[in-house]
Amino acid sequence: MDENEIIERRTCISGIGQSRIGRRLDVSPLELTLDACLAAVDDAGLTVKDIDGLSTYPGAMGGAAGFTGAGAVQVHDALRLELDWHDSGIETPGQLGSVIKACLAVGAGLAKHVLCFRSVWEGSAQGEKGRAGVMPGGGGRAGFRASGFMEWTLPFSAPSAAVWIAMFAQRHFHLYGTTREQLAQIALNGRRNAALNPNAIYTDAMTLDDYLAARMISTPFGLFDCDVPCDGATAFIVSRIERARDLRHVPVRVEAVGTALRGRPSWDQFDDLSTMANRDAGAHLWTRTDLKPSDVDLAELYDGFSFLAMSWLEALRLVPVGESGPFVEGGKRIARDGELPLNTHGGQLSAGRLHGYGFLHEAVVQLRGDGGPRQIPKPNPQVAVAAAGGGNTCGCMLLTRE
Amino acid sequence: MSEASVPFRVLPETSGETGFFWTSGADGRLRFLRCRDCGTWIHPPQPLCPLDHSKNLAAEPVSGRATVCTFTINYQPWMPGPELPYVVAIVEIDEDPSTRLTTNIVGCEPGEVAIGMPVRVVFEHHTADDGDVWIPLFEPDPVTRTGGEG
Repeated sequence: MDENEIIERRTCISGIGQSRIGRRLDVSPLELTLDACLAAVDDAGLTVKDIDGLSTYPGAMGGAAGFTGAGAVQVHDALRLELDWHDSGIETPGQLGSVIKACLAVGAGLAKHVLCFRSVWEGSAQGEKGRAGVMPGGGGRAGFRASGFMEWTLPFSAPSAAVWIAMFAQRHFHLYGTTREQLAQIALNGRRNAALNPNAIYTDAMTLDDYLAARMISTPFGLFDCDVPCDGATAFIVSRIERARDLRHVPVRVEAVGTALRGRPSWDQFDDLSTMANRDAGAHLWTRTDLKPSDVDLAELYDGFSFLAMSWLEALRLVPVGESGPFVEGGKRIARDGELPLNTHGGQLSAGRLHGYGFLHEAVVQLRGDGGPRQIPKPNPQVAVAAAGGGNTCGCMLLTRE
Repeated sequence: MSEASVPFRVLPETSGETGFFWTSGADGRLRFLRCRDCGTWIHPPQPLCPLDHSKNLAAEPVSGRATVCTFTINYQPWMPGPELPYVVAIVEIDEDPSTRLTTNIVGCEPGEVAIGMPVRVVFEHHTADDGDVWIPLFEPDPVTRTGGEG
């Protein structure tokens, strides 16, 4: 194998699937997961017998309730898969790291068709208590002591990524004059697109006044800067490109991935707190392709918190560093009929916190031209970027249509 | 800080290699691990120097002076804790701006906190049967200093 080969380019997304998605579905998280997996297998025109690889993020784990709906072992066994390659884990380049690993396994010949899934049931897990119901730190339980990386945040009553990412945003505001009115455009754009997505959680119209009037969470983030916890699962099939040509849909090729992390893998020790790990992953992606940021027809960028989508715009060089605020101002450039359609399904802010996989799903939908009412008007989009993660865990994928 | 004003906090473990950090405030001094061979400040603590891999490390006191690198005013009741709203900040210590702490800014109104603001450490003492803890918080530093835009 040529050491300079872009091995991910041997692969494509041949199938996509989603379960029902809702705030609280009262369905077993494993059932939701399997629904998504079987939908993806069927969408590819394959059967379960064809699946010889399995990958997921984050896999089975303790900790925050609902953060993971099923582990790899559960799905492996429930579908009686016979696998040549399998993997799961959370210490990977963002949620899409699990799909990127599947691309590498397929490219290396370890598997022919890898099933990738991500499922969440944070909506049900939180129940009536909201986010307070799933906070780490024992919820103030006597005798609990913080350790590991939470040792450096919990004693300061900073248990949430909302607080940590708010500090990145504040630094960006300070350096570049970014404003809440600009930040709002990520949420407002998502809400407009969600209105055309039958699977979205929040579809009611939202105005800038609604956004600004919402209660403050952690400055500069108000309620609508934070994504909506939900129940749901998303799955993909990663196949070798030559095998996918006989399958059901036009294959969406993986042109390049971005996985680098050169700064310290830390939320507070990273060298530049106006950016984050996406700086390195985004730059890395463009070293693995002859395509340029100006070739991108649409962007599906993680918005677990609104600022993350702006941060990804800069990290991926879709706009110059520091200029994401002016770029999104007014919302026209990022609208479905704008120069760079963004989060065309509504993002996690309005379509639900499917945790990274929703962005890749939407990129494939749009490149296939299957967006229905929310399909971008630009004819025959050829190049999409999907990115997920924030803080110290970020990864991205550049996709092209055959 | 008087006992009566001490809010509930989730306390850190004090038994492992980070324990010195959480008990350092007993004598009013903030300490970080430092390489005795090359002088690199090391945080969070780890078994060897990240630059020269020396294991000749020791906790060394610092001035306690720092600069606010970034912050947020938190309004959300995530868990029992300080009175809302409270300020969570990342501060850079004077001795090495690349060594930072996530902390709270106290001793001023939340609206007075700004990026680049000079601050100094103040310890919040928590008594506990399984080991006392001194949480390093930061307050505005009245002493005028030069440099450190933050």
